Amino acid sequence: MNQSIFTIKSNQHLTDSVLKMVMAGDTSAITTPGQFINIKLDGFFLRRPISVCDYDEKTVTILYKVVGKGTHCLSTLPTGMPLDVLTGLGNGYDIEKSGQTPLLIGGGVGVPPMYRLAKDLIKQKKKPIVILGFRTKKEEFYANEFRELGAVVHIATEDGSLGTKGFVTDIIKSLSDYSYFYACGPEAMLKAVSDTTITSGQLSFEERMGCGFGACMGCSCKTKYGTKRICKDGPVLEKEEIIW
Amino acid sequence: MVNTKVTLSGLTLDNPIIPASGTFGYGYEFAELYDINILGSFSFKGTTKEPRFGNPTPRIAECTAGLINAVGLQNPGIEKVIAEELPKMKQCFHKPVIANISGFSIEEYAYCCEKIDKEEQVGIIEVNVSCPNVHHGGMAFGTSPEAAAEVTRAVKAVTTKPVYMKLSPNVTDIAAVAKACEEAGADGISLINTIMGMRIDLKTKRPVVANKMGGFSGSAIFPVALRMVYEVSKAVNIPVIGMGGVSSAEDVLEMMLAGATAVQIGAANLVDPFICKKIIEELPDVMNRYNIEDLKTIIGGAHNE
Repeated sequence: MNQSIFTIKSNQHLTDSVLKMVMAGDTSAITTPGQFINIKLDGFFLRRPISVCDYDEKTVTILYKVVGKGTHCLSTLPTGMPLDVLTGLGNGYDIEKSGQTPLLIGGGVGVPPMYRLAKDLIKQKKKPIVILGFRTKKEEFYANEFRELGAVVHIATEDGSLGTKGFVTDIIKSLSDYSYFYACGPEAMLKAVSDTTITSGQLSFEERMGCGFGACMGCSCKTKYGTKRICKDGPVLEKEEIIW
Repeated sequence: MVNTKVTLSGLTLDNPIIPASGTFGYGYEFAELYDINILGSFSFKGTTKEPRFGNPTPRIAECTAGLINAVGLQNPGIEKVIAEELPKMKQCFHKPVIANISGFSIEEYAYCCEKIDKEEQVGIIEVNVSCPNVHHGGMAFGTSPEAAAEVTRAVKAVTTKPVYMKLSPNVTDIAAVAKACEEAGADGISLINTIMGMRIDLKTKRPVVANKMGGFSGSAIFPVALRMVYEVSKAVNIPVIGMGGVSSAEDVLEMMLAGATAVQIGAANLVDPFICKKIIEELPDVMNRYNIEDLKTIIGGAHNE
């Protein structure tokens, strides 16, 4: 974990409520896809934990949805503004377990961490199959970015306005030739994904956090391997250890 | 060169800065960030006789200038703390630690204190009679002077280490509880634990934390904590460790002027993991600014007429 000052390079809407922010700063603590950063905002006591979509030596990219006062504040911040950020939080995905053709399943704001994961897998000559779930076509984001990486992309929308009508699980059911899965999204989706998939996999969870780095025990959960802190021992858990 | 040393029941600390129980784990998360041996000491995560998972999540709710937590004393139990956590702690922290002990009966408090009494690493036992997040125990012992005195006596009977009773602010007369602990043999008083509070989610129209209520901490509670430290230190003749919303070197000086010999930092650790280091580094400059050469000389200074 690092604490450092980042500078906002861009902060733009992708949809009505989802924004993309690129920040420049010291990214050396970020080591693997699926980790998150924790952003201090003026006027808010707790930091805002947001998953990392992508990063390089000098910048980190986050995609976030405006859901409350904190993310609304984040959405109004101008280019050039400095932000106090903790980086390199959480365990992230274990990329070595992917096999040749893993499924990458993202629902809504669970989509962002799948981007860097897809990038790293493709770099390793793996052939990830990306499944993105949204409520409706208007809320879709990043499908093209995944395609540009060279990934096969399937989309499910609840109202059928884009791709398959239904849920990500409807697409999973139509596929049988996959080696593993990685998922991030609302808990109901994760449970359905876990029930539907025929392989092992890793799922990334959300919880209200105090600190984000393992000190306060605010986000603990019970697993078959013992009590874990979502922020420090997670947010990624293995399918086999989860107690639903 | 200023002097930041203070003494708690014969234990001299390099400075009065002590991370508060429940905000610093067992120290290793922070030891990855900086050398935690610069701290005066630290109070490790509240320990009970049996292992506890704690309350269901969500356990955290944000507030203006603070947060509510309802963790509920999650800990692996006293045996595991002694067998596994203390040896790991010893590798990253070489000074005496403060063992924070909780219980659900007088016997449980005594059991844990008797066990921890044998641990050389432990310099002070901080007995938590003020946890707001567990039913049938914790705070129940801290809300009546008689019950707090009973716990004090039971604990003092099984240990030779200094015993500091950690008190709840959720009482009408905290000085009376502190006095009862002093008369029962307590070596010091720690205060305040969190203030009972709650938040309601307007979307779900339900309390934000699963336990409905929790303990409110953070800079918002500093004036309340300061007032209680002032009242308690006036009422007793044993050392007081002051805490509640402390987040700067200036806050530390205020707490000490109110009567605290040492100061714990709680919620601020969760927002800025380097806060204790920053306060320790800033303390000499801030002391100079206010013409303080020897920190211990200001303890209780605000009581002077």
